[in-house]
Amino acid sequence: MSAPVHEPQLHPGITSERSVRPGDRNFRFLTTGAGITVLIVLAAIAAFLIWKSIPALQNNTGSLLTNQQWLPDADPPSWGISVLIFGTLWTSILAMVIAVPIGIGTALFIAFYAPRRLSKGLGFIVDLLAAVPSIIFGLWGLYNFMPYLVPFAEWLSTYLGWIPIFTNNVDLYTKSILIAGVVLALMILPTVSAISREVFLQVPRSHIEASLALGATRWEMIRMSVFPFSRPGMISAAMLGLGRALGETIAVALILSAVFEINWKLTEPGGNSIAANIALKWGEAGDNGRSALIATGLVLFFITLVVNMTARWVVNRRKDFSGAN
Amino acid sequence: MSLKTDVHLPINPSDDPLRLTGRRLPRWAPAASMVAGLVIGILLLVTGVKILGLTWWVVALLAFLLIYGGWTLSVEGRRHATDRIATAAVYLTAAAAIIPLAWILITVITKGISVINLEFLTSTMRNVNPRAEGGGILHAVVGTLTQVGIATLISVPIGICTAIYLSEYGRGRLARSINFFVDVMTGIPSIIAGMFIFTFWILTLGFPQSGLAAGLALSILMIPVVIKSAEEMLKIVPNELREGALALGIPKYKVIIKIVIPTAISGIITGVMLAVARVTGETAPLLLTTFLAQDVNWNAFEGSQASLPTFIWDQIARGTQSSLDRAWGGAFALIFLVLIFYSAARILAAIYAPRER
Repeated sequence: MSAPVHEPQLHPGITSERSVRPGDRNFRFLTTGAGITVLIVLAAIAAFLIWKSIPALQNNTGSLLTNQQWLPDADPPSWGISVLIFGTLWTSILAMVIAVPIGIGTALFIAFYAPRRLSKGLGFIVDLLAAVPSIIFGLWGLYNFMPYLVPFAEWLSTYLGWIPIFTNNVDLYTKSILIAGVVLALMILPTVSAISREVFLQVPRSHIEASLALGATRWEMIRMSVFPFSRPGMISAAMLGLGRALGETIAVALILSAVFEINWKLTEPGGNSIAANIALKWGEAGDNGRSALIATGLVLFFITLVVNMTARWVVNRRKDFSGAN
Repeated sequence: MSLKTDVHLPINPSDDPLRLTGRRLPRWAPAASMVAGLVIGILLLVTGVKILGLTWWVVALLAFLLIYGGWTLSVEGRRHATDRIATAAVYLTAAAAIIPLAWILITVITKGISVINLEFLTSTMRNVNPRAEGGGILHAVVGTLTQVGIATLISVPIGICTAIYLSEYGRGRLARSINFFVDVMTGIPSIIAGMFIFTFWILTLGFPQSGLAAGLALSILMIPVVIKSAEEMLKIVPNELREGALALGIPKYKVIIKIVIPTAISGIITGVMLAVARVTGETAPLLLTTFLAQDVNWNAFEGSQASLPTFIWDQIARGTQSSLDRAWGGAFALIFLVLIFYSAARILAAIYAPRER
């Protein structure tokens, strides 16, 4: 990296700009190395999960996609992943349907409705909700929240039972996907709210003032100048919330009654998810059982990876040409 | 106002064709509608009548929305009615976000405070029958502090170095992809982090289950959080500081170490504390990397080690009343610990926040 010899030295005594001090080089090397480590870790996660899931995938006698059993430690092993994927998606989508309107509403309240002082405190409180550990959500959801949701589930099946997903044929309303979904919604609420709030604050002041000056009501201002500007941000907030819900383990494991079957009915006990299944089965699993659990973890890893990457891609693409700054 | 009355004097102001503003509801309209809704709800509660099987407060809420919406629709017109209903809905969603948090905190505090005492904090679960009273969380507190400490020791250097790379050096493809994948990494499910450490550290490298393995798993969750917050803080440092120092001939690495980092250090510490608060409550990765233990294990390198989240998980699984009490006690201790980290971070941020220009 030394300067070309034939280049005339205009200012002898001043070092050429091309020479790099050893300290600089080492420091740059160190920080770049740390950055690359992060990439390596992410790649290693994928590599090791693939590698360790191969044994169970090879000796599985059932069909991976259609088998509705979980017997990886039986002889011959037979297990499938459809039930788990279904349960994971079903609880998470329910959580997203509940959390996205509430989260966006909270973000709107903080950004446009609340008095300045209150909005600061409220932002703090919503962030605090994110800091509550998931085991505490599970404990509270199971012993304190569920008794209040059971009447709601009964009401749903009594008055809206003609909609197939609300039907309840077993007359039991505890430990259902509905309850898990509502608790999950509370857990992803801070994510959705924080990111929406961030994009709402990026809306150019001039757009807001222009629409108000033209006589728009506050809601018309939000609908016509805030939402169009922040739609990509809101979509990715919803997707990041979905990603969080997909991987949530402990609260779901505590609340669902972990039945291994596909059941669309929201209010009946049952349901399962990839992450909850791993937490519940890990301790008792044998070698092949663990390998099978790792295979399900791999699927979860790729699902969340795709969801998160799409969300980030949408946000980043927006950032480049937003007129906010 | 005076101008209007000067020109002509209509008998009824609302009939005035030259009026500039539309008719508005009085200021007390929301409160009045709310009271009306409440009265309807309480009437139903007292008389025991149920409309469509709904609870009294749901009816009260719906009645409020109907009265308020109908009133503003008849007086102010459709646009303002939409606006007012939207405002009410936004307030309701904010309440829906806060009520659960208050509920959780109050539940944990009231149920936990009766369990917490000196004995609970200083004894372990060794030789304690699940049905029996007594026992404590000392082993779990020791484990949590060890594991979170290890995670912090690993993730702070890596996280801050990466943040420095991203904000001070990073240009081009590599920096962009690191930035992108750090964002993606914040969304990795915690159980996957535990599973990776199990396959890599325990299965492949053959190390035992230990507090160290748990700390490694937690650090995977912690690194991206530290990077994001530190990077944000480094980016706030004004460029004039860097340029001034470089113009004086100071090498770039010294500029970063002596000028950029000290300027941003309070924000970086805040970010680290927030990350610590976040991983302290993680349960799933610990279940996979260090099993449950009932006694204090000071050695982080060998043997399973308890922790507050897994302690709660274990006590819930036992299912007796006294173990459930212990779970609430553990939950109180855990939330207390998380809140300490969290408030410390917020207070530091409030005191030392670098002023944006």
